[in-house]
Amino acid sequence: MFTNLMSSLSGNSIGLGLAQAAAAMVLSLAVVLLARRFAVHAERETVLSLVRGLVQMALVGVILALLLQGSLLVGVLILLGMTAAAAATASRRAKGIPGALLFSFYAIAAGSSVVIAVMLATGVLNANIATLVPVGSMIIANAMNACAQSIERFRAEVGAHLGQVEAGLALGAEPAVAVAPYVQSAVYASLLPRLDMLKSLGLVWIPGVMAGMLLSGASPIYAGIYQFIVVAMILAASGITGLVATLLIRARAFSPAAQLLLRPAAPR
Amino acid sequence: MAIGYHNAPDEKQGVALLNEPRFNPSTTIVAAEHPAASVARRLRLGIALETRQLSRAVAGKRLVNDFNVQVLPGEVLAVVGPSGAGKSSFLRMLNRLDEPTGGTVLLDGQDYRKIAPRELRRRVGMVMQTAFLFPGTVAANVAFGPMQHATPISLEQIEALLERVGLPGYEDRDVSNLSGGEAQRVSLARTLANSPEVLLLDEPTSALDDDAERAIEALVLSIVHERQMTCVMITHDMAQAARIADRTMVVEAGHMVAIGPTQEVLHVH
Repeated sequence: MFTNLMSSLSGNSIGLGLAQAAAAMVLSLAVVLLARRFAVHAERETVLSLVRGLVQMALVGVILALLLQGSLLVGVLILLGMTAAAAATASRRAKGIPGALLFSFYAIAAGSSVVIAVMLATGVLNANIATLVPVGSMIIANAMNACAQSIERFRAEVGAHLGQVEAGLALGAEPAVAVAPYVQSAVYASLLPRLDMLKSLGLVWIPGVMAGMLLSGASPIYAGIYQFIVVAMILAASGITGLVATLLIRARAFSPAAQLLLRPAAPR
Repeated sequence: MAIGYHNAPDEKQGVALLNEPRFNPSTTIVAAEHPAASVARRLRLGIALETRQLSRAVAGKRLVNDFNVQVLPGEVLAVVGPSGAGKSSFLRMLNRLDEPTGGTVLLDGQDYRKIAPRELRRRVGMVMQTAFLFPGTVAANVAFGPMQHATPISLEQIEALLERVGLPGYEDRDVSNLSGGEAQRVSLARTLANSPEVLLLDEPTSALDDDAERAIEALVLSIVHERQMTCVMITHDMAQAARIADRTMVVEAGHMVAIGPTQEVLHVH
């Protein structure tokens, strides 16, 4: 293990990388110096940011190099940790709603785990830490955004239509019926960015996975198809997460006596 | 406000008055009856709606304090008072859109917590200050309530209801093309489609011009009398209370300060 670790930390690639990083930094500094001519003074901030960025990414590389020597179980634990961190971020959109952290975790875990399981079952992903963690993190990050987007949209829609929701309740509607249009809107909001991503795939941008595969010498056609598979899986994970998050927030939006609880905090 | 302070209602006047600054929560407020209501009581028609020590506090602020009110079948009770007095908070507890933090409501003698909320809201209908119609046709709005209770309403019934509220032939109209007065009429028809026993009205004419206000008032009153419904209506307009209510209740700063026959209460205030 130690030999493998050292080989990944050493070699010509690191020297080459540092030289290329130096070239990128010189170019950035040249642009900043050019900007000085227009009274834009960002020299100090740029230098600090460049050095900080390089150190941070080098450290991430070292940590990943260490982790990639670990077992599959370590990979699963890393993904679980990422899911918890993603839930903490997404639940900020559900401030004031009891159990927001937990239901965000459930929603992100549901979307990510189903999709990762399908990817493993279909051979899209190999059951090893080196592929599971990077692709899994991509899925979790998108599920996190979908979770936050659906929560935010549901809150905003219900807040903007309090009268209609309560008119429905006052006529004897089930809470689920009273907010049905806003559930639909929230789930769609979680899908929309991913649908746009699919539409522009290859036309406006060539995503990172495909770029990486091409750089490492894979067949361009397979790299393209593989990238489509990854984006489609991201769409599926986002849809599941958005749906679960919306249904869970809907359940917390009403009291057992079908009273709307999700409302601005001003006393009536 | 120059009113007397009484620990018990002034039975001569039939008005229970409480001076709010010296309000004593233990004081019993007895709802003085309108002559027609006392006839109803003698005929053992029962009490349609009763609140017992009904209270609500939100974030430590008491919005409604120990309201004790009895409303008889077919009676129209107006609730008047300044903005923020607790009128809407009181009304929203009557169909349990908001939960009381103290006391309870009896519907036809039964504690309303023993009635499923959806069934309670079918029996206690509410027309809000703004119509809040659902996007779509007028007919779809009128049919909404009955559909929630698995009692579909026929097109003929919808047409008859719309005719009753003065909107004949409106069933296929899109609600986005209605005037404020028309929208409130649809809102009333939508509530009536559930055949409620009690009708709650939360300032339903406050956003309308004078003509539309009078028309809606007359319509509500005729329907309430025709269907022998019990009605509780919030208004900030004393003159409106005088026109339509058998009894009037005055609310200030979350306390009932007077209740009795409308003319007598308004005379004192």
